[in-house]
Amino acid sequence: MPFGGAGGVPLWVVASATLVTLAAVLPVIYLFVRGIEGGDATWQFLSRAAAFKIIVRTVATVFVVTFLSLCVAVPAAWLTMRTDMPFRRVVGVALALPLVVPSFVMATTSIEAFGPRGALQRLLEPLGVDRLPSIYGLEGAALVLVLMSYPYIYLMVRGAMAGLNPELSEACRSMGYSALHAFRRVTLPLLLPAIGSGAILAALYTLSDFGGVALMRHDTLSVSIMSNYQSSIDRASGAAMSMLLALFVLALLVVESSVRAGRLRYDDVSGVYGRSFQPFELGWWKAPALIFTLLPVVAGVIAPVAVLANWLLRGLSQGQEMLPLGEPLFNSLRVSGLAALATVLLAFPVALMTVRYSSRFSAFFERATYIGFGLPGVVVALSLVFFAVNFALPLYQTMWLLIFAYAVLFLPAGIGSLRAGLLQVNPILEDAARSLGKRQLQSITKVTLPIIAPSVFAGAAMVFLLTMKELPATLILGPTGFDTLATSIWASSSEAFFARTAGASLILISAAGIPTAWLVLRYPQRSR
Amino acid sequence: MYREIRSTMCHRLLAAAMLLCLSLVSTISAACSETDAAEESASSLTVYSGRSSSLVDPILQEFSTLTGISLEVRYGSTGAMAATLLEEGDKSPADVFFAQDPGGLGAVKTLLSELPASIHDAAPEWARDPDGKWVGISGRARVVIYNTAALSEDELPESILEFTDPKWKGRIGLPPTNASFQVMVTAMRLSWGEEKTKQWLEGIMANDPQFYAKNTPTVAATAAGEIDAGFVNHYYLHRFLAEEGESFQARNYYTPADDPGSLVMAAGAGILESSDSKASAERLITFLQGLTAQQYFTDKTHEFPLNPNVKQSELLPELGDIGGRFGVNLGDLSDLEGTQKLLQEVGALP
Repeated sequence: MPFGGAGGVPLWVVASATLVTLAAVLPVIYLFVRGIEGGDATWQFLSRAAAFKIIVRTVATVFVVTFLSLCVAVPAAWLTMRTDMPFRRVVGVALALPLVVPSFVMATTSIEAFGPRGALQRLLEPLGVDRLPSIYGLEGAALVLVLMSYPYIYLMVRGAMAGLNPELSEACRSMGYSALHAFRRVTLPLLLPAIGSGAILAALYTLSDFGGVALMRHDTLSVSIMSNYQSSIDRASGAAMSMLLALFVLALLVVESSVRAGRLRYDDVSGVYGRSFQPFELGWWKAPALIFTLLPVVAGVIAPVAVLANWLLRGLSQGQEMLPLGEPLFNSLRVSGLAALATVLLAFPVALMTVRYSSRFSAFFERATYIGFGLPGVVVALSLVFFAVNFALPLYQTMWLLIFAYAVLFLPAGIGSLRAGLLQVNPILEDAARSLGKRQLQSITKVTLPIIAPSVFAGAAMVFLLTMKELPATLILGPTGFDTLATSIWASSSEAFFARTAGASLILISAAGIPTAWLVLRYPQRSR
Repeated sequence: MYREIRSTMCHRLLAAAMLLCLSLVSTISAACSETDAAEESASSLTVYSGRSSSLVDPILQEFSTLTGISLEVRYGSTGAMAATLLEEGDKSPADVFFAQDPGGLGAVKTLLSELPASIHDAAPEWARDPDGKWVGISGRARVVIYNTAALSEDELPESILEFTDPKWKGRIGLPPTNASFQVMVTAMRLSWGEEKTKQWLEGIMANDPQFYAKNTPTVAATAAGEIDAGFVNHYYLHRFLAEEGESFQARNYYTPADDPGSLVMAAGAGILESSDSKASAERLITFLQGLTAQQYFTDKTHEFPLNPNVKQSELLPELGDIGGRFGVNLGDLSDLEGTQKLLQEVGALP
């Protein structure tokens, strides 16, 4: 791959992408430093029979959750965007909302709603149902994890669908093929990069999640890692096991690379399409389609909100005191906005390099940035404590380091969106601008940026939502005394202050719901 | 006349000079006293708290109001706070570590400085580090939480040993990863010996216990009737009662037998060796040991006071000498490694 010169990678892209990648692999360097101390512990862990079970369980969980998330997300995206399903706009927004519910809130409310003696059992009690089958184990963990991860795929697929040229599938149908055939042979292949980006986020989220799997008593590798940081405070074994987890992340990325279809580029010279799709007529399928899309909404939004509302009302009627949440709300919004901005800025050079100057080298850069997303937040946070204390003490416990931590954690969400956007821009457009005398940077800002703006905002919005609910890095790296909605929820829930937990959670869900609604609703407007 | 004028002028000048001197002296003395105060106790302290802000923020605020020392408090889980302190080493901004359990304090013991005798001696002997690095602040007991619809108090056994009886099969639950549960098992190992503790754990495992992630879900599951009885810390019940009212379907049971089934543990605090405001830090810990704070922990967080001059809450049973009952000191319980191995052996931990 030639550097510099005509057609080569501009130096500023290479330099900034290298710096960003270096930042993203800091946690791995830290794990290496600490893991060497814990080498013995790793061998001890691996030599136990239970370790094999944990590893198998972890891998199985990732596959089950990713597969089920795909089964929910892809049809849901199509039904809410391309058909005449009733209430598709409202349902379309609601389908993205589980993303903003913190994982331990989702797990606790799922147990209260669907547990052996939960709200559902009480509803069924008149029918003689004394106890529902246990939710604990893979079933419950999969329920919680699917609810929390399918929105990644759903949002990515919606974004990609909005960018599709309707003429392609119409051409297929005009040749006498069925709508299903057109979807399978034309639309689906065009959506593959988005499906892949979403699926890898879902899989990595499953690896990193701790709160949900712990409450569902499903002992995956992240539970083993966290127990090292919780009761025995054995950083060395924690790091050694985290290295194992990082290996899984790498393996997943390799799998995803092989699925990603070669060097496809789905751009169109026009860039933005002038007209919208003819919605597919569902006919008799309207009711089943609506029920299918409502199931995740009921389990992932309505049930948790109902349980939270019950906690709030119950506590208030018992005279529970609430805490003012104005400052945490303001802090959450401010820090999430800055994190979204910083992450998209850092993601841009990496995405540009992988799309425009695709090579083994650039692919390595992009993949490396995914590692932080697959590790438990505590591990990433401790690694930044290590680097800041030893090499950048003035930055330690400042807002800047916290925002940097969010960027390291959530880079993949930004890169995934930007990548999907850049794939839709034909470089010929930039070349045209340059042939008209514009400089390279100008051609990017004047031509490419306006076209990919929706993807930039989609990536920023996703990072914003993830930051709103992020907990471990906020607790460990935030300025001392810095309260956000997520830390307020944690402070209340860890000591069973249910009404306060509910108050802060409901504010978080509402505050995050507004950008989510915007994120979902703006796509159809774009293709109109 | 002239003389008079002169004398008045003299007087005025004298008065002005005196005034000037006075103000100068007062400024200097004020400045002096300020530096004195600064030497004696810094105006701000950084506390790393493994105890939640919902529990300790009000009493820490009170300390600031009383002393004028402002507190910067970083909250997190005890484990994550301890791991952070270990990463920070001697560059830690923290002056005081306030931990939920002795395990967290034990993990950072090398970073803690020796406490002055006045603080060390004010803590009961069973609730302090033998090397004087940390002291217990408030006591929390292990209890059996039971579902009041399924069980009455007299159906519950004298000792936690008896839950290995097959009649409890499928009816009990516990949080095996929870630090307090592991501290109880560690106390069992010290008090009963390895063999008996292992037998007890195997008996419990034979009864197919439900595992939960933490104390709170264990209490919630007991009240919902998922299980009839669970092994938890005592104060969660009081939170549930405050949230849900007296109709809440679970209560605490303190096993009367003289064994670790109703072990009393303590949340505690220590001062970081790297702190440059040790005098203020000592004031904070002395305050937490004092009457005001101990009364707060008794009334508001329903914990056992560790100051003999504070009467325990009427909601809690009289456990007699809460710490000295079976010869286990909390300082001996900070190492949980052996317990975790044992729990893995019997299959309670993965």
